[in-house]
Amino acid sequence: MAHDHDDHDNELDPMAARVRALETILVGKGLIDPQAIDVIVETYETKVGPRNGAKVVAEAWSDPKFAEWLKRDATAAITSLGFTGRQGEHMQAVFNSAGTHNLVVCTLCSCYPWTVLGLPPVWYKSPPYRSRAVIDPRGVLAEFGVTLPAETKIRVWDSTAELRYLVVPERPAGTEGLGKDQLADLVTRDSMIGTGMPLEPQR
Amino acid sequence: MSGPHDVGGQMRFGPVVPEPGEPPFHADWEKRALGLVICSGAMGAWTIDESRRARESLAPEIYYASSYYEIWIRGLEILLKRHGFVSGRDIEAGKPVDAAPTPKRVLKAADARAAMARGGPCNRPVSAAPRFRAGQRVRARDFHPEHHTRLPRYARGKAGVIEAVRDGYVLPDTNAHGGGENPEWVYTVAFDGRELWGGEADPALTVSIDAWESYLEPA
Repeated sequence: MAHDHDDHDNELDPMAARVRALETILVGKGLIDPQAIDVIVETYETKVGPRNGAKVVAEAWSDPKFAEWLKRDATAAITSLGFTGRQGEHMQAVFNSAGTHNLVVCTLCSCYPWTVLGLPPVWYKSPPYRSRAVIDPRGVLAEFGVTLPAETKIRVWDSTAELRYLVVPERPAGTEGLGKDQLADLVTRDSMIGTGMPLEPQR
Repeated sequence: MSGPHDVGGQMRFGPVVPEPGEPPFHADWEKRALGLVICSGAMGAWTIDESRRARESLAPEIYYASSYYEIWIRGLEILLKRHGFVSGRDIEAGKPVDAAPTPKRVLKAADARAAMARGGPCNRPVSAAPRFRAGQRVRARDFHPEHHTRLPRYARGKAGVIEAVRDGYVLPDTNAHGGGENPEWVYTVAFDGRELWGGEADPALTVSIDAWESYLEPA
């Protein structure tokens, strides 16, 4: 066997073969509808992703009443924008401020708010991030190019139960007069995990 | 269980490697793996807690050498075998050999999108009043059970403050082992970084966990 684990499209990739065999068995026994897998994949490739969360944040930036609702009952507020379901059943929104920066992690597995951010990135699920976010968050942030003032409080949320966290970053300066769609374009996925900041508006 | 998954505070895993423009999947098999995990779970034979337990029970040398989708697939094989849907002979042959029990349901393509949008809430009514209130000092219990638990090692025995009383939730410690849902109140508990990591820790750091009531005692 070629020692080439990077070539995941290779037919000889052991995981590709293993997963294909498992699907063959389950479909053959009538336990799985392979087209249901297609629908699930398409859902998370094209419909459920971080643009959902960006809309939530843009709404909160634009509408203080919505922001208040999001703070009080994030699940209901997010549902009102049409984002519901798996791994978003119990939502909490945490708001950055001038003095506090929020960072979300799941040290025990890969818990992540799918309904607003989609599937988690590989780094989020991997031991380097999971191990260090709770003990050395500034070091982790530096690897994302984010440096905070030493006096900024860092609040790390370890998703150890079924609550799923969405960080609401601070609205960037110079965005007065921008509409919700333009604001949403500034909201990056990482800024809603806490490992990044929103984009600056184009001049 | 203090398994390989419980990595909070461990060192030497190397730098975080962000991937700009990361796609949702890095290989076609990852797409099928996601779908297999969700569709198999939809059969209703096990809970999310049991599936987490299956992944955590992988040997450390396998867990740390595996990508997350590989961990999922290895965990799924454990569950499918445990519940009789797949046998060792099936796997060996790469095709169905042995008969399987009839599942409670099979997720069909026509229902898949609605099932994703519905999700599976795991909050439950708890008849007793919450034992703790917001602002109260508590200590996370110092236990090291063989069974599944969601109290991370780094918080065990540490003192913190109840920041919020959340809701009643299914208790993973029993539910992962077929012991029933036994819902308990869940609290967000905030710990000073120096309580967790010692006096040299960043004084501006606070870390919170979400803890079931039986993980906590008054401090």
